[in-house]
Amino acid sequence: MEKWECEVCGYIYDPAEGDSSAGIKPGTPFEELPDDWVCPDCGVGKEEFTKLD
Amino acid sequence: MDPVLLKEGIYWVGAVDWDMRYFHGPVFGTHRGTTYNSYLIVDEKITLVDTVYTPFAGEMLERIRKIVDPSRIDYIVINHVEVDHSGALPEVMKLAPQAKIFCSAKGKAGLLKHYYGDWDYQVVETGTTLSLGKRSLSFIEAPMLHWPDSMFTYLPEEALLMPNDAFGQHLASAFRFDDQVDNRIIMEEAARYYANILYPLSRLVLKKLEEVKAMNIPIAMIAPSHGVIWRQNPGQIIEAYQRWASGEWFPKAVVVYDTMWGSTAAMARAIVEGIVSEDVDTRLFKISVRDINSIITELLEARLLVVGSPTINRGYLSVLSPFLDDLAGLKPVNRLGAAFGSYGWSKGAVKAIEAKLEAAGLTLAGEGLEILWVPDSGELESCREWGRALARKVKAEL
Repeated sequence: MEKWECEVCGYIYDPAEGDSSAGIKPGTPFEELPDDWVCPDCGVGKEEFTKLD
Repeated sequence: MDPVLLKEGIYWVGAVDWDMRYFHGPVFGTHRGTTYNSYLIVDEKITLVDTVYTPFAGEMLERIRKIVDPSRIDYIVINHVEVDHSGALPEVMKLAPQAKIFCSAKGKAGLLKHYYGDWDYQVVETGTTLSLGKRSLSFIEAPMLHWPDSMFTYLPEEALLMPNDAFGQHLASAFRFDDQVDNRIIMEEAARYYANILYPLSRLVLKKLEEVKAMNIPIAMIAPSHGVIWRQNPGQIIEAYQRWASGEWFPKAVVVYDTMWGSTAAMARAIVEGIVSEDVDTRLFKISVRDINSIITELLEARLLVVGSPTINRGYLSVLSPFLDDLAGLKPVNRLGAAFGSYGWSKGAVKAIEAKLEAAGLTLAGEGLEILWVPDSGELESCREWGRALARKVKAEL
């Protein structure tokens, strides 16, 4: 599963880890994050993320 | 200075800092000083919206005392944790320990990590409303405009927006309102503020403007946390933000350079002549004697940035580094770039500058121009022609 990077602050969403601060379980792909999920570090929306190669 | 009335029962109680010359440490020159604006709302609940920079706590409290005893403050809204706005919070809390603090979730985390205060926090979100008695507040989260905790406070009964740093200017002045201060100076400082702080967040600025527009809330007055309050023409600054964030430009160029023994300086002057001969307005900056923040501000309007340096140690003069680093962080929207310079044996400056310009998100407008040792008259003419070609590229897009 691909990692995605927040272009605003550089946070990297790693599906293997999920995002415990928002109750996102490990193994959740980026595409399946809820629409209102925001960057846990800076608070911007999913649309500010780009897929890492 | 007495408190200043915005609307019945709503007062400016902030501070004017005439002496502030560097903000954010040494990187932002505030050549006209600044103000820290905090607002007191007297209703059934006495509410303070933001505070001031720590050294001005006493001054703010004196202003509040002219209206109410600060120990009577019920609510404190902290739109933004940065110390120039929250620095006086511990002093206020000593006098009003019962006060409830309203802030975003990131705001609470930030305040705890700044002041370690065992205070009564209430986290608010976009849409949260708070009744003060006759009037009310609602909140709009604005993450990364310009910190994760940032938010706007809106008072619907007066159509008053208190957006903290957004729409602000570092400008110390005797008067508090936009109709009392030279508009050209206000807009210069608003532009300088935008270019040097909000530029890299332009995409988020556009989205927030859209979001607020879609909320369909009237805005009769904008009271930011720095500079003048927009009461005569709040639309002016909203339109300017729209323009700056969307990367609008004028046919204008900025040429930035430095030189060792004058060759790159001669090139720079010839290039400027070439650009200007095509009727494209141009500003020339020798970096070692100029203010970086002013150059960045010019880029809010200029379509083209041309940077020159001789090659030294296979790269560019290190005096250009702070400017190029700043540029890479601030990422001007929708701009063209080009590089030039003289060299002796090996080249390198032009390529290194081009890499920096591209890292800052600029599109290279053409091949770089390099000249060996000292340019002769024919080479100076080729500098003029190079400038003319760049200018024509700018004009072709009009």
